[in-house]
Amino acid sequence: MTNSVTGAAIDGWLRAFARLVAEHEDELTRLDAAIGDADHGANMNRGLTAAAVALDELAAGDPPPAAGPRLTKVGMTLISTVGGAAGPLFGTFFLRMGNALAEQETPTALAAALRAGLAGVVQRGKAEAGDKTMYDALAPAVAAVETALAAGGSLADALAAASKAAEDGCAATVPLVARKGRASYLGERSVGHQDPGATTVSLFFRAALDSGVAG
Amino acid sequence: MKKIINDPSTVVSDALNGVEAAHPELKVDHQNKVIYRGDSPRHGKVGIISGGGSGHEPLHGGFVGLGMLDAACAGEVFTSPVPDQMVAATKLVDGGAGVLHVVKNYTGDVLNFEMGAELAAAETGVEVVAVVTDDDVAVQDSTWTAGRRGVGVTVLLEKIAGAAAEQGRGLAEVADVARRVNANGRSMGAALTSCTVPAVGHPTFELGDDEFELGVGIHGEPGRQRLPLVPARELAELLVEPILADLPFDSGDGVIAFVNGLGGTPLIELYVLYAEVARILAAHGVTVARSLVGPFITSLDMAGASVTLLKVDDELLGLWDAPVRTPALRWGI
Repeated sequence: MTNSVTGAAIDGWLRAFARLVAEHEDELTRLDAAIGDADHGANMNRGLTAAAVALDELAAGDPPPAAGPRLTKVGMTLISTVGGAAGPLFGTFFLRMGNALAEQETPTALAAALRAGLAGVVQRGKAEAGDKTMYDALAPAVAAVETALAAGGSLADALAAASKAAEDGCAATVPLVARKGRASYLGERSVGHQDPGATTVSLFFRAALDSGVAG
Repeated sequence: MKKIINDPSTVVSDALNGVEAAHPELKVDHQNKVIYRGDSPRHGKVGIISGGGSGHEPLHGGFVGLGMLDAACAGEVFTSPVPDQMVAATKLVDGGAGVLHVVKNYTGDVLNFEMGAELAAAETGVEVVAVVTDDDVAVQDSTWTAGRRGVGVTVLLEKIAGAAAEQGRGLAEVADVARRVNANGRSMGAALTSCTVPAVGHPTFELGDDEFELGVGIHGEPGRQRLPLVPARELAELLVEPILADLPFDSGDGVIAFVNGLGGTPLIELYVLYAEVARILAAHGVTVARSLVGPFITSLDMAGASVTLLKVDDELLGLWDAPVRTPALRWGI
């Protein structure tokens, strides 16, 4: 069990995320077809495929980079390749996370980086709790990491709590009326559908458990 | 799906090849999917760029040329372009007087243009001002939504702001003209059929043979209501009355009346609709100063039409009448 957020650990987390999104591409697109424009799965998969290539180039560096620069690189790649609203929002999340994490490798630094990523998403997307967006999964997950670490939990405990919180937050978007993005034009007709962006966030935290980062 | 394409994944690139071949006065940055004026950058002239998802042609690439846009960024079909494209376009057209970004109000477009403007300014110091269009009266609850969508007014704004820039006006003044156009224009559309996105292969939504969707967006977003099909004279009322009530337009106002085809409706039907629109405007005492009829902001192969009214004064009319030479609009030259 490691309790350190190394470059290799972040690399594993991001690649596990890319794999999960590829596996769930059709599901994400189906969710988006119900309340958006049916391209979320394809756009995220295109971006994360490009991000995996960028991670390969970074991993070949000597010495291999720390966690922060890898997250920053993935953020820049998503901004350049995804398009739609998801590109700037997920791109900003990873970009801010990477800039905040820099060279540090502690769980507390990771929690602060997640908080910085969330702040970036809010600044760009202006979403609030209950708008039926990625925020509704991301905000509880970030809070869960902070709470678990403050209670003396390990990195693994914190990420398990985050994954659970993201999944609960994602499920809680189903009865909500969308107030942001293209889904908002549906008004009441958006009720009964799970938000695709929140679903992608829950895949990101599930990926942490599938990878080495949680020890 | 029956379409004249080679492969769904290369539609945008293949179309850009066609634009380049058909219009030697324009240039295409294929890597960044940017169409730009061959004489860019014009020293001392405010540059104007726009862009958005593809599938709305001739918007925006068909409006690049003298008196209108300097460059247009083409995203994937119905997906906004990415910031790198706006950075490239901004640099290509920056003649030292700043660059105006014309952005339709969709979350993806707004976010990607914002990032593009920030990155371009950080890289080169270019001054960028963005004007967002949001003229679709079909979106009633703009507080609890992403706000009204940018539709037909975008075409009129690109022409009028383009003329202001061509006259040598400064960035602040060109942006003011653009904001004035958006503030004085309203639109409403109706779809008789869905559209089919090439990469998806089947219609985005289903509409019965005897139904139409009132207040539809240009990506097949749902509208205000789904109704039984009505004659053109009733459809015109359903489109024009909400527009007149919204601004509001009053007796004695002069307007540019724009009847737009959504891609799959023939011109003869657009003129049938225009006749009814003109009749309703006359009944309200609204004077049509200029008109525009045709498919200018489309939704792939969607059958349907939209109506845009822009309240104009002598200044806006003068800019509308100024010379323009683009693939889709050209007069006065």
